[in-house]
Amino acid sequence: MLEIKGLQVKLEAEDKQILKGLSLSIGAGEVHAIMGPNGSGKSTLSYVLAGREGYEVTCGTAELNGADLLGMEPEDRAAAGLFLAFQYPVEIPGVGNMTFLRTALNAQRKSRGEEELSAAAFLKQVREKAKTLKIDAEMLKRAVNVGFSGGEKKRNEILQMAMLEPRMCILDETDSGLDVDAMKLVAEGVNALRSAGRSFLVITHYQRLLDHIAPDVVHIMADGRIIKTGGPELALEIENNGYADILAEVA
Amino acid sequence: MALPKLKADATSARLDALTLPKGAAWAVEARKAALERVTAMGLPSRRDEYWRYTDPSALVSVEAPSAALLTDDEAPVFGTVDRIRIVFVDGVFDADQSDPMIGTGIEIERLSDATAKDIHWARDLFGVLEARAQKPVERSLAALNTAFAADGVVIRAVAKVEKPVNLIYLHKSETSDAMLHNLVRVEAGAEMTLLENGPAAARFSKLLEVDVSDGAAFHHVRIQGRDHQRRAVTHTFARLGQQSRFKSFTLTANGVLTRNECVIELTGDDASAHVAGAAVGDGTDFLHDDTVFITHDAVGCESRQVFKKVLRNGATGVFQGKILVKPGAQKTDGYQISQSLLLDDDCQFLAKPELEIYADDVACSHGSTSGAIDETAMFYLQSRGIPKREATDLLVLAFLAEALEEVEDLRLTEDLRGRLEGWLARRRR
Repeated sequence: MLEIKGLQVKLEAEDKQILKGLSLSIGAGEVHAIMGPNGSGKSTLSYVLAGREGYEVTCGTAELNGADLLGMEPEDRAAAGLFLAFQYPVEIPGVGNMTFLRTALNAQRKSRGEEELSAAAFLKQVREKAKTLKIDAEMLKRAVNVGFSGGEKKRNEILQMAMLEPRMCILDETDSGLDVDAMKLVAEGVNALRSAGRSFLVITHYQRLLDHIAPDVVHIMADGRIIKTGGPELALEIENNGYADILAEVA
Repeated sequence: MALPKLKADATSARLDALTLPKGAAWAVEARKAALERVTAMGLPSRRDEYWRYTDPSALVSVEAPSAALLTDDEAPVFGTVDRIRIVFVDGVFDADQSDPMIGTGIEIERLSDATAKDIHWARDLFGVLEARAQKPVERSLAALNTAFAADGVVIRAVAKVEKPVNLIYLHKSETSDAMLHNLVRVEAGAEMTLLENGPAAARFSKLLEVDVSDGAAFHHVRIQGRDHQRRAVTHTFARLGQQSRFKSFTLTANGVLTRNECVIELTGDDASAHVAGAAVGDGTDFLHDDTVFITHDAVGCESRQVFKKVLRNGATGVFQGKILVKPGAQKTDGYQISQSLLLDDDCQFLAKPELEIYADDVACSHGSTSGAIDETAMFYLQSRGIPKREATDLLVLAFLAEALEEVEDLRLTEDLRGRLEGWLARRRR
């Protein structure tokens, strides 16, 4: 599904190397977790894959089902099936949540040569999916993420994911700022979307999200590289001992 | 004081090309007085304080610069609203295309008919608010309009009028030079909506005097047409009585030059005036200028100015807005915001907000900003699959939303929003 090879990335503004030869391979239907200390480059990886400006790829490749992601505009990556759930979902005053969702969905369908969804069909779908995420009608009517609590913003990200039905989902610290109940709700939303044709990359600091979203593979990232890869037990090890041991082991 | 020679020459050249319309003695007198005002003030030039940002020469020149016609295949503006349509073609009333000038609670007639009558209420309004508004800022183009505009409508609302009156200004000649003068009196407790739309002429001068009596309400929504080359100067003069309400919203897209002046006097206690505008400009030829002057001369009045401009490809936006709070106008609540969204680096927005306050128990605030599209919001939209140009349009509409919200009738807001979306989408193709 997602194939990253030797990815090297620097910040355009500061000429600072962030990713230093990162490789990662995620198969269809798999859930991978990336854990790592602050500043290891986890969020940069998610932004670079989604196509945010301000980063320069100096070396390496990233392919989604064989298509070169790095050469595409962000909207084309989305249409190709990539989705990034933001760590800090953006507030957009004046743009209604429903307008936003419908525009996004239809833009993606259009770019794939599919028919646009009718207003009625869209409404039916969004109401159903919002209900399972406990997002009420009033929230849907508001401007995108404006006046939303931290938990509401994250639920709204998962709603977008549910509506857009991407093949490759990247969750960037989706657990940050969530209480236990909100995290459960979000995790349930994610689990409901797990399927043989859909893969996940879950970026997190803590084991606790992985209690709810069980990963197949866990990667430890430090200083712009994956330094260790293992099964779910690796996350437990981090939770108990912190990163120090692993960092020392690799060094 | 004698006028500078250049100004005097330009003024007399323009005046020589015009003829005072005929009419009843009172109307002729009002026009002569207006002509004297023009002669004394002279027509504007770039050297005048309130024309520093906007070059008025095309509005002053003897010949109107020509303007190509727009072939328009859009549904009529306000087409979904049950309204009384009054059509002017290049500044001349067209009876065939207009609805009968009758309605419940409302009296409508042509300016030329009203000014031909020896006794008419319009005598108390025609040129009166315009003359009052010449101080402290001179508006000689308005006086020129009072003197020479032969056509227009005269409206008197005596009840809550259901059907809006829609003045439609069609542009059919590439060289038309039109002037219209409209009068509205909303009697005590009455309420009406005036809609205006259309590019009107190659060069268009339009003046509206509105007297809003005690407890009355006047709603005004206009769409200045999409013709790329038309030049326009418009004046709205309003006087507000006790507990009256005035709301005016203007949507402008394109046009080489648009200067919209709005002068409002709050003369009765607890009155409220809202003026708002949304302008979308494209190209180095585009210049859009909102010049507003609101005078608080009573207790407990509220005024609100909300102006938004979206500029691209070298377009220019101008805002000159003033709130004057006179001595004794306590409990005044004045608000003013002017903002521009610059879609590229070549555009400019020139803003001159002014507050002048002579009362001590007032709340007045103003703000002015210019900025580019929020990159974070843009990336968020793109990351959901929305192409950059479409995402830009979404953010443009979001930026203009605060101004559109000043339209009270939600059906009209939808119409305006839909039209704006259509214009933006059309440009994308």
